[in-house]
Amino acid sequence: MLTNENIRQRLLEKFPDQVTGFEEPYGLLSFEAPKEINLKVLNFLFDDSELKFRFLTDLCAVHYPNQQGRELAVVYHLHNLEDNMRIRFKVFTDINQPDVYTATGLFSSANWMERETYDFFGVNFVGHPNLKRILNVEEMDYFPLRKEFPLEDQSRIDKDDEMFGRGGSIF
Amino acid sequence: MSEHHIKLPEGSIEKSTTTLNLGPTHPATHGVFQNILELDGERIVSAEQTVGYIHRAFEKIAERRPLYQITPLTDRLNYCSAPLNNMGWHMTCEKLLGVKTPKRVDYLRIIIMELARIADHLICNSIVGVDSGAYTGFLYVMQYRELIYEIYEEVCGSRLTTNIGRIGGFERNFNDIAFQKIERFLKEYPEVLKEFENLFTRNRIFMERTIGAGPISAERALNYGFTGPNLRAAGVDYDVRVQNPYSSYEDFQFEIPVGTTGDCYDRFLVRNVEMWQSLSIIEQAYRKVQDFKGAEADVYHADVPEYYLPPKKDVYTKMEALIWHFKIIMGEIDMPAGEVYHSIEGANGELGFYLISDGGRAPYRLHFRRPCFIYYQAFEELIKGAMLSDAIIVMSSLNLIAGEMDA
Amino acid sequence: MARPVAYNVKIKPLEKDISMAEMPEGHQGEGFFATSLDKVIGLARKNSIWPLPFATSCCGIEFMATMGAHYDLARFGSERVGFSPRQCDLLMVMGTIAKKMGPVVKQVYLQMAEPRWVIAVGACASSGGIFDTYSVLQGIDQVVPVDVYVPGCPPRPEAIIDGVMRIQDLVGKESLRRRNSPQYKALLESYGIQ
Repeated sequence: MLTNENIRQRLLEKFPDQVTGFEEPYGLLSFEAPKEINLKVLNFLFDDSELKFRFLTDLCAVHYPNQQGRELAVVYHLHNLEDNMRIRFKVFTDINQPDVYTATGLFSSANWMERETYDFFGVNFVGHPNLKRILNVEEMDYFPLRKEFPLEDQSRIDKDDEMFGRGGSIF
Repeated sequence: MSEHHIKLPEGSIEKSTTTLNLGPTHPATHGVFQNILELDGERIVSAEQTVGYIHRAFEKIAERRPLYQITPLTDRLNYCSAPLNNMGWHMTCEKLLGVKTPKRVDYLRIIIMELARIADHLICNSIVGVDSGAYTGFLYVMQYRELIYEIYEEVCGSRLTTNIGRIGGFERNFNDIAFQKIERFLKEYPEVLKEFENLFTRNRIFMERTIGAGPISAERALNYGFTGPNLRAAGVDYDVRVQNPYSSYEDFQFEIPVGTTGDCYDRFLVRNVEMWQSLSIIEQAYRKVQDFKGAEADVYHADVPEYYLPPKKDVYTKMEALIWHFKIIMGEIDMPAGEVYHSIEGANGELGFYLISDGGRAPYRLHFRRPCFIYYQAFEELIKGAMLSDAIIVMSSLNLIAGEMDA
Repeated sequence: MARPVAYNVKIKPLEKDISMAEMPEGHQGEGFFATSLDKVIGLARKNSIWPLPFATSCCGIEFMATMGAHYDLARFGSERVGFSPRQCDLLMVMGTIAKKMGPVVKQVYLQMAEPRWVIAVGACASSGGIFDTYSVLQGIDQVVPVDVYVPGCPPRPEAIIDGVMRIQDLVGKESLRRRNSPQYKALLESYGIQ
């Protein structure tokens, strides 16, 4: 029977002192590992005959501007279809050097998901076959989903800020 | 390249393949995405996809809005089956808040979700017909989509982008007219679906167009992250409603149709059978809802005082209801902090919502796991070596919805 | 308990077997009818508009419902929807236009032959809609001149048909010299179209 406890034991046996941060929010086991071994952990979860996490459900990134040295987190959601177990695996990286090894060798679905993550956050996936912007225009030079950039297009001149509750002299 | 039909002399700077831009302006129905195809005669050598022509930055917008204001955004993801996305989002919020919905609410949600699934599969299957030249099927089934829209209108007031339901249930009880329309749908729709099947399923021309077009094996499909009818057509019976049941799906009897080769014909048949199964689920849910009697028959929402507006007469007479009303409308309610990932079986596959909350009123990060975006990557592999007309049929049978792809 | 219907309870009986378009004013006699050329051409053009549905998102699905049998748009003369801009009169832009798509809309508009009209269906095409973001064009009138705006998110098929009827009014009343007039040329100049 594959349970969260089994998975945790196997991970601690294989990568002692490197996988940390075991949590179970809402029943889903979540852990983190240093970014250098992310491919080793993914390969282990894929190839192991008991763990069999062979389906990559989701790949995204989160920006935590307040944690120095660990600002960008790349989050992998994996799924074991046969035993119906899900797991979440996080990798933290520094914003000044956001290099993470790509998972496209293992999962072909990671191709566009990593391009989207690069487009939004600027995470550089080392070894990706085609790391270009996918959803935004090619000429864009900033990474829009980082917390410091605003949502609206700043070049509009026809919006009246007073009516939108920003600035102005109503109050 | 020596295996192409056009033979060029050595050292020539010309290309032996033709570049064709299957551009963003398609014949209306599919949506905006572009394929740059390299053709050798009429065979496709390679394809490069460009998406993002309708990128609306949902994930950035969601970081600013409290939970209810995100529901209209989820409507516009897969806009052919908007209630499915709404229900999925509400269920994610309920998972974060720890709310348990009563059975009647679950059954009513299932009726609406399965109607949305039928609406989406109707569009996909009839558009496969239109793309192979048969316009009649599309016109016949659009009448029944109008009836589904009328059912949505009775419940929430809007046809297409429904914003249906609230956290914990529905905004109002289904009235008699809604139930009459659901009965009328259950009575009249099976014949229409049978007639639609007669038009296509054993039609020789349709079979010759679609059998063998764009096949994919189960291992490649799993590696590409396929889910939903496309994966089931390839032979893997993965359905989120069965594996991680939500909203009381475990109380219902239904089958999961599975194909063999994963080509367009299998996808068409899988969607067709899923429509029959959805119809059977709606019938079972309708009977179960009618079985609730007395006070239970009036339950249409769970008790979530922080997110569900109190009834107006309480607002005008009781103090707590007034305060909750004010706080909910002004969006002053704080969510509990936490990370939750919830997924539902959308019409195209596993639609997932990854919500990270830091205890404020708006999410810290919301990511949508959109099935269309993930399986469109496989398009090149599906059409390599096929002819141009096969590429069109494969594109429409994959049910690519641009709103979900770019989000 | 059936909800009583409040509006449109009197069904108007059909007066004649077929309904025809209204005749313009003119001078009639035995075997001839004299009117101005503008009016005849306007009458012919407005009842046979060939639209180009440029459907990007949710409004496109409402357009499909409008073209369906229930809210038939074909009875207004738009039976043949074309997808080639060279052959169409009316560019119906339905759905959100992102900044990546803006040049495509302009290119399609440039390829259309005069006289051409543009209808912006839905809130996103009219003004950017609910998406006030860095990636969405805030209304297609930033790139092409628009004749009729149909609000709604998505507009009901009746509203889309109302928009097409307003276009019919514009087409019927348009002067034959408008497209060569200096005001029209100035309008196109302001969009950077020669």
